[in-house]
Formats: sequence, C-alpha cells, structure tokens
Amino acid sequence: MLKALKYALLAATLASSMPLAAYAATPADTLVIAKQIDDLISLDPAEAYELSGIEVLANAYDRIMRFEPTDVNTLVGGVAESVTVSDDGRTFTFKIRAGQTFASGNPITAADAAFSLQRVIKLEKTPVFLLSQLGWSKDNVDTMVTAPDASTLVVTIGVDFAPSLVYALLGSVVGSVVDSKLAMEHETDGDFGYAWLKTNSAGSGAYVVRSWTPNESVVLEANPNYRGGAANLKRVILQHVPEASAQRLLLEKGDVDIARNLTPDQIAAIAGNADIKVTSIPEALLYYVGLNQNTKELQDPRVRQALRYLVDYDGMANSFLKGSAQVHQSFWATGFWASYDENPYTFDPAKAKELLAAAGYPDGFSLDLDAPNFAPFTNLAQTVQATFAEGGVKVNIVSSEMAPMLTKYRARGHQALMVYWGPDYMDPHTNADGFVTNTDNTDAATGGKPLAWRNSWDSPELTAMTAAAAKERDEATRKQMYIDLQKKVLDEGPYIIRFQSTSQRAERANVEGFVQGSSSDIVYYNLTTK
Amino acid sequence: MSTTAGDAGTASDRRPGRLIGTILRRTLGFVLTLAVTFIGLTAVTFFISRLTNIDPVLAVVGDKATQAAYDQAFLALGLDQPLPMQYLIYLKRLVTGDFGMSVLTSRPVLTDLMRVFPATFELATIATIIGVLVGVPAGVLAAARKGRWPDHVIRVVGLFGYSVPVFWLGLVGLFVFYGKLGWVSGTGRLDVFFNGIVTTRTGVILIDSAIEGNWEIFGNAISHLILPASILGYFSLAYIARMTRSFMIDQLSQEYVTAARIKGNSYWGAVWRHAFPNIMVPLITVIGLSYASLLEGAVLTETVFAWPGLGLYITRALFNSDMNAVLGGTVLVGAVFITVNLVSDLLYKLFDPRLRST
Repeated sequence: MLKALKYALLAATLASSMPLAAYAATPADTLVIAKQIDDLISLDPAEAYELSGIEVLANAYDRIMRFEPTDVNTLVGGVAESVTVSDDGRTFTFKIRAGQTFASGNPITAADAAFSLQRVIKLEKTPVFLLSQLGWSKDNVDTMVTAPDASTLVVTIGVDFAPSLVYALLGSVVGSVVDSKLAMEHETDGDFGYAWLKTNSAGSGAYVVRSWTPNESVVLEANPNYRGGAANLKRVILQHVPEASAQRLLLEKGDVDIARNLTPDQIAAIAGNADIKVTSIPEALLYYVGLNQNTKELQDPRVRQALRYLVDYDGMANSFLKGSAQVHQSFWATGFWASYDENPYTFDPAKAKELLAAAGYPDGFSLDLDAPNFAPFTNLAQTVQATFAEGGVKVNIVSSEMAPMLTKYRARGHQALMVYWGPDYMDPHTNADGFVTNTDNTDAATGGKPLAWRNSWDSPELTAMTAAAAKERDEATRKQMYIDLQKKVLDEGPYIIRFQSTSQRAERANVEGFVQGSSSDIVYYNLTTK
Repeated sequence: MSTTAGDAGTASDRRPGRLIGTILRRTLGFVLTLAVTFIGLTAVTFFISRLTNIDPVLAVVGDKATQAAYDQAFLALGLDQPLPMQYLIYLKRLVTGDFGMSVLTSRPVLTDLMRVFPATFELATIATIIGVLVGVPAGVLAAARKGRWPDHVIRVVGLFGYSVPVFWLGLVGLFVFYGKLGWVSGTGRLDVFFNGIVTTRTGVILIDSAIEGNWEIFGNAISHLILPASILGYFSLAYIARMTRSFMIDQLSQEYVTAARIKGNSYWGAVWRHAFPNIMVPLITVIGLSYASLLEGAVLTETVFAWPGLGLYITRALFNSDMNAVLGGTVLVGAVFITVNLVSDLLYKLFDPRLRST
C-alpha cells in the first residue's frame, strides 16, 4: 500500500511542475488537522486524561455509553444496546449489541467491557477516580463488574448514584471498550496491555491509531468494522503546529484542512477569506479565580462578593477574549443539562467599595494573585489588577509556569489564583463535586484535592447538598438541586467564575461534517468530507 | 584538550608509532573528560531539578488524580528514596544506557533523543554551512575594506541578523517565502503525507532519502529545511562575520602582510594566502561554538516552524518537570559540546601552519 501511495504521490508531484513551489492541497482521502497536541501523553483509555488524548480516543474507541457523532446532545448506548436498572438502583444490566467486532476482527463481548472497566480500577491511573467513586476498588471490582455471558454486562455500584450520573461516567473516556484479546496479547508484567496501549489502540471506534509521534503527529486510519459504517475519509492526520500564526498560514495555503488553535485576532484577520470558514463552539471550560479561605481578608463573604463586583466581565469578553470566551458565572457551563445561566455580577466598583467598607476594609487590602504566564491569563491578570484597584484592592500578580503554579495550588499556598477548570464527564456532579465537596478540610486530607479543599472552603451544608443531588433519581428534582447549588456558590463560594470558553475552528471551505461538541469527548472525524 | 598547544609541531607527532600513541592518549583523554563532565552535568541538573518547586508527580498523573494514583506514581518515580540514593540509581541506569522513560511521551528517553536530535542536527548543520559560506567571506571582505562601504553594509546586515528576534524573523520569513511567494514549504520537516515513507536509518531525512535514492522526498525535505536553516544561518553568519572581521583586521595590520605585498603578492593574494590562514584557529573555535549552540536546539525557531527538535523537547520537558527527559537531553547537549570541542582540537592541528612544515 505504501508503495502505491508513494508512486501516486510521485506522479502527483511530478505533475506540478515547480518542485519547490510545493503547491499544496491535502490528499483527497486524508483530513489534515493543525492542532497543538503536545498535551498528549498517553493513548491508554485507563490513563489518557488530556484534551488531545481524549479526542483521539473518542475516535478510536466505542464506549459503553456514548454521544453518537450523529447526535452529540444525547447520551445513548454505544457498545451496549440497552440497560435495565434494579429497583434499589444499584445494579445495572447492560445488553451488548450482537455481531459487533473490534478493528482487529475480534468479536466485541461483555467480557471486553468488563475487562475495560476492571483494568481502569486495577491500573489506578489518573482517571481512576471517575470509576472509583462508584464504590469500586481493586479488591471488589471483579465481583461488582461481571459478564455472566457474552452479551450481558452486570455493573453493581456501591453507592447511591442517580442512573443518569452512572451513565455519564460510563460514557466518559474510561468507558472505552478495549479489545481484551489484543490487549492481553501485548501484556507485559501483568499490566493489562498498558505499556502497549499507551501508544497503540485496540478499540472499535471509527479509526485505528496508526502512529503517534510525540510533538509531531497522530495518524489515524479508518476502521472498516466500525459500527457506524466506515469513515468518509480514510486517514486523519493531527499535525502538531505549536505556533498559531503558522497554523493560519498552513490553512491559508491549503496545507492543512482545519486549524484548531487560531487566536481571536487571527480569526478576525481571516474573516474576509472566502476559502476559509470559522465555526464557534461553546465549551465547558470555565475560567475562574480561586480565593483561598486561609487568607484572612477573604474569609468574609462580603469581601468575596465585592471582588466579584470588581471584575470587568463584559469589557474582557468584548476585547481580548472576543470569540474565545463568553461571560458565565456559575459552576456548570451554559448549554448543558442543569446549567444556571444568570450572570448577576457586573462591574460595579461603587457597590464593591460599600461591601468592602461593611466588611471592615474601606481602604481595601493587598492580595497576591497567581496566574499562568501565557495568554489569555497574562491579560486576564492585568485587567483584574486594574479593576480590583478601583475598589482599593492592590493586586500583586505572581506569574509562573503552569506546573509550579499547580503544585502551589495543591498545597494551598496561594491567596488568589487564576486558572481554568474543565468537567470530567457530562454531568453537573463533576463540577459540583469539584467546586463544592470538601469532606476533610485539614492539610493532611487524602482526597483528590478538589477545588473547595484547595481554597480551604469548608461548607458541610453544601457538601451534603451535593451528595444528595448525586443520589436523586427524579430528573426534575435533581436538576433543581443543581440550580440551587449553583446559586448558593455564586453567593457564598470562594470563586470568581468569570467565563466559559468557546472554541473557534477554522477550516477550508470544502470541509464539511466535522463534528465538534462541547468537550473533547465529543469530537468526531468520521463524518467529515471534503 | 588543553594539550593541543603543547603538542603542536613537536617532532614526535610525525612518527607513525607515536602518532597512534597520541591518538590513543587523546581518545582516553576524551573519554575521561566525557565521564567527568557527565557526572558534573548530571549532578548539577539532578539536584537543581529537585530543588525547584515543581512536583514531578503531577507531570505524570495530572491535576485531578486521587491520592492513591498520586502515591503510586510517586513510588514508580522512586521519589521515596533519599536524594543521593535517587541520583546513584539514576547514574547506575545511565551507565547501562537506560535514560529512563519520559512521562510526556510515554517512550524511553533514548528513543526520544534519537528521534529529535537528528532533526536538530540537520537544521544546525545546514545553518552552520550557510553561516560559514557567507559569513567568512563577508568578514574577510569587511576587514579588507575596513571603514568603507562594503564594511558598513556587512556590519549593518550583520547587526540586523544579530539583534532581530529570530521568532519574528521566522514568522515573517514564513509569511513571505511560504505564504506569499510559495518558494518554500511550510512548517514541519516534510509534507505530512511524505511521513513514514523513507525508512529511518540516521533520522536525518536528507541522508535517509539520499540512501534510498528518493529524490522526491529529498527535495521536499530541502524545501522545508531551507527557510529555518537560512534564518538560523543568518544568526550564525552575523556572529561569524563579525568575529572573522576582527580577527582579519588584527592580521592585516601585521608586518608580514606588508612584507608579502612587497614580495609581489597581489592585495587579495596577501589577504587570502598569508593573512587568512593565520586566523583559522580562532575562527574554528568561533564556528565550533556557534555550531554547538545550534545543536542544543533552537527553541524559538523550532516552535515557529513546528520543527520537532531537541530544543523544543528539552524545553517542554523542563516546563513539565519531566526529569528523565531533562537529564537525558542535558547529557546529550554535554556530549555534543565535548565532541565539537574535540573536533575543533583536531582541526587546529590540521590548520595550524606550524604543523604543515613537514
């Protein structure tokens, strides 16, 4: 095949007479995407937890539950065809679709699904928390996740969770169904194929990972056995192009079909180009400031409210964030089930001063603000510094690389800290748990260091509310509970949630059908044509 | 290394037996220098890395890991051992050629280095060739026409190359020569669909494609390479031209040049045949250093041109506290410097006129 390809390319290039002018159109059966993919560190679904990795896995694996490319708003059965729930809500019996095969040709059975869930728990990599919260551990997972026959997967949970929450978890990346036979063929030292799966795929998604060269490219090839039918384009190449201006040039020249990381000013610059179209997609990523409650001044809820009135939300959203973010102030992003879309805070220095005076700080105070040293955080931090000053709050910006900043955050060493947060799965519990739950506010706490803990915010009442919402089996009641929670956090919480991100994708005019949902879990390549 | 000057021109070098002895002695010296430098390098890098406020476990498990996942990674990285012990374990593995795994690429660091270094090597070599071929004659010309217009032009052009940010130059270069004129290819080392066609032997695409006689890919590689190499080459050119100029001015004011002229040499004859050979030794030092620093990788150029080289690799590893990769990269850069120094030493012998008397 390579040889044929080589000759085809040779002929094509010879046909274009100037070898150095390298006129570029990407091959007709290949989709070339320019994207920053240096966050990709593993392709094992039990480990991958970075945006680029999750996106690749969404295309290489089918999941137990999933959002289909044809309808990215509804969570439905993927590998599973249907499910029944026991009366106590603790046992889920999934029926696996008949006659499905992996890309390797091996049949997909319930045993593969069970194997996939069990190995996530046993390998204990970063995303394990998604499943361990179901009450699973290394000791009990083999009895709580079983496959009594080839078409039946029985999942028992050790906690009271609403079915919709369980489905959301099984529809996240750890619900990817791994070809157990293929994985075990590559097992070394009882690792369930982990070492091999870090750089290879063993799934039944629309594509197979052909190669991943770190910081260079990921090459995917269509899986003819895919349940939804073979992909329209035979190959997809994700090309790592770190510099946004270079992405723009490549797109303009037609050397790539899609550019994923253009900055707002570049999007503006290509607006007049008829060969390129731009699509905006609201995403679930939230930009927020964490206010550490071990800082004396920040303990007064009035001070926290005052600070929320000292942010120029619209000013930023309409200037340097234009196109890349929209104002959003509660902890679950607009566009998702149970989001709270009111934005009660506006830039109001007078009101902020009142609140500060009432709290005993008529002349303000000074505050250290940690922020990452790259866009848009540099701009965000400077703007916040300027607007906080209008309320008398003197901000000292501490700018650093992400890694040391996160280390500091996780040690609760900050006063105020600016960063972003993305949900782990498509259910509001993920963010409620992150922003609210804090069961042990001591420094020695051994949990996953949720945001509430990092900001030393101890609210037993809201923690209990979060737990109750996760259990609620009535959908409408559950939804209301999350909206109430969001309102409470908006009033009392140690956060200034300001924006939700929007992603802008620029593509050649001939590209159609690229499916991009609100998170990396729902980006699909297989329906794309050009 | 420092024995060069002492050895130069002694009679012993001219006898074959002694020559072999000299080579052996030098090789031994090289290995020793290498070992000592490496131990120093790794020690400094290792301990500095442990003093930073970055949690290396986070690079592995990310920000959302549970304590159990965190602890597991902590143990897997051997961080429970006392610091000196960690260092010794690292050294022991290093001696057996095991640089450890990179957490960012999920691959052995050695494999990574073997992939990224050829990319940098290719770029740095072509850049240095451009720098030498243009920079040296320019420097000689500037010196010979000191204070007159060629000198001024060369100095201004050089100053520009020296002071304009390479990042900006790269983007403008891409915009003009790729975007507008279409003379060269865009970012990366090859067009994406050429990837993986040529068997990787050396990792240097120009060499690999030439071995297979695949001139199509050779041409494509050149058209990707020429712009970043020219921009880096412009940088080293500016430096080399400046140094050449000052070395030459020094030589041209010497009496032997006047003597050569009196003996009937033409002006350029005196410049090239008499004065120029005398600047070879310092010039080689300058070129060697410039080459070595390019071999370290050029982060900004690599970023602009999406060039998967050593600079980007080490930088990214540093920012994410991927310590095995940082240490591996540092050791490689150390080896490069020592090797370039050694080659420079050997070249001194070749070019030092005092050796040519036989």
